[in-house]
Amino acid sequence: MTTTVTTRPAVSVAGLRKTFGAKVVLDGIDLTVTEGTVFALLGPNGAGKTTMVRILATLLPPDSGSIRVAGHDLARDADEVRAAIGLTGQFAAVDRLLTVQENLRLMADLHRLGRTEGGRRVARLIERFDLGESARKPVSLLSGGQQRRLDLAMTLVGNPRLIFLDEPTTGLDPRSRHAMWQIVRELVAEGVTVFLTTQYLEEADQLADRIAVLDHGRIVVEGTPDELKRRIPGGHLLLRFTEPDTLHAAAAVLDTAHRDDDALTLQVPSDGDVASLRAVLNTLDRVRAEPDHLTIHTPDLDDVFFAFTGAPATTDATSEEISR
Amino acid sequence: MTTMAHALTDSRTMLRRQLLHLRRYPSLTGLLIGMPVIFLLLFAYVFGGTLGAGIGGDRSAYVNYLTPGILLFTMAGAAAGTAISVAMDMTEGIVDRFRSMAIARISLLTGHVLGSLVQNLLALLAVLGVALLIGFRPNATALEWLAVLGVLTATAFALTWFAVALGMVADSVETASNTPMFLSLLPFLGSGFVPTETMPAGLRTFAEYQPFTPIIETLRGLLLGSGIGTSAITALAWCAGISLVSYLWAKRKYNQRATR
Repeated sequence: MTTTVTTRPAVSVAGLRKTFGAKVVLDGIDLTVTEGTVFALLGPNGAGKTTMVRILATLLPPDSGSIRVAGHDLARDADEVRAAIGLTGQFAAVDRLLTVQENLRLMADLHRLGRTEGGRRVARLIERFDLGESARKPVSLLSGGQQRRLDLAMTLVGNPRLIFLDEPTTGLDPRSRHAMWQIVRELVAEGVTVFLTTQYLEEADQLADRIAVLDHGRIVVEGTPDELKRRIPGGHLLLRFTEPDTLHAAAAVLDTAHRDDDALTLQVPSDGDVASLRAVLNTLDRVRAEPDHLTIHTPDLDDVFFAFTGAPATTDATSEEISR
Repeated sequence: MTTMAHALTDSRTMLRRQLLHLRRYPSLTGLLIGMPVIFLLLFAYVFGGTLGAGIGGDRSAYVNYLTPGILLFTMAGAAAGTAISVAMDMTEGIVDRFRSMAIARISLLTGHVLGSLVQNLLALLAVLGVALLIGFRPNATALEWLAVLGVLTATAFALTWFAVALGMVADSVETASNTPMFLSLLPFLGSGFVPTETMPAGLRTFAEYQPFTPIIETLRGLLLGSGIGTSAITALAWCAGISLVSYLWAKRKYNQRATR
């Protein structure tokens, strides 16, 4: 066996197909994930993301295609693949009757770490994932965010080099979501490869080195977040005014993309960050054109799908509203 | 050889998990003990006088006759508990975690089986204790007691593998709690509560040839000195057959489940 120190693919997939009965779920997927990077599979519900992860994690056999995961042939050496990967599925894969500590201990024992090393790793993960206060509580008493953290901690007990995260933040509150992002960043800094699926463009943008957009079992586009965003009609601010006069005044000083005189609204291109928002508001202040209502629209999965497939995704838009 | 060692280590880990479940959820074991104890008391004190006369004795003779059947009834109830806990594992995300790990696959199932054996023996001990309190008077020698333990273990082993398979094919926890219920009827449709000679022809044939009857007859013979005859061989053959078929069935379903 040849071992190359330089970037070999952590995952390489060619011509992957999977059908359930008459339904084609994955229709000729080719992709490569470089070691030590974050790869995001972006798509709406039903696109085939979970099926993809289940196949790569050895839980489902593909119909056809050649797949190598962590340097091993998936069809021939499933156990070698299993030894190298960690999976955190969409639904917390935890034992609800056991405590946090017992769950982690169970993983340590199944990795055959021995008492001392196992205990050390369990203690470190409890500390790292901020589960100290609930370490002796049964999992059924934990919050959703805590269960998700435990779930990921259990995945990490075996020190996997490649981690699959299937929609790691779906259903989490914003604080837990950011905590999860931070953990993913730390893992990558340690050299772990992360393969994640998500419905949120923002999440893929925040975390991924490369994004592939999956739609009806096919990858419609793949590239770096910047490459993708350049091809998506950008985000904007939507300003609503109460008087036509203020609308005119504002339109005169702002770089307006779209103006609607009936609805008294202006669309101003913006990527939604605080600096550009402040610039717009300062400009409006100068001409005393106070908007009545302001909405920040960040590009979301819908925009991505409009841009690459011409049809909307079947998920909710993520508009944050600021009312005053 | 390391494969075998891994299978043993992983099974022990999974057994530890099941024992933690037993400790965390003692009400299930309580229920598995409570039901047969209620039936024991019901049959001893409500029906025992009449049924005792029916077998040519009195209430205390009937308690002796009844106890082996109650022990089978206990194991049938425990099988339902096993099926439920297997189905719970299969319907939750944790089974995917186990399957995506480089562990001995079968260890999840062997852990369930070993855990259930412990649960079975605890329940049998408790029920036997109550039987002794209300007048069960076995005349078994030490060697015969050892044989009783062997027969009970073999039976529990067979019923547990069968229950694991039932839990595996069930599509929900509710189904898994219902399908093993027919097992609890088998002591009644055999020689557990009354001699089979009094039953009508068709039922009598079923009662004499179903697996529980030779097991009950063997236990009765060992505990009370009634004739065993070929019952012991038939009983052990049934146990071996049920264990093997159920093991293969459960294992196949477990591996198939991954492909859904």
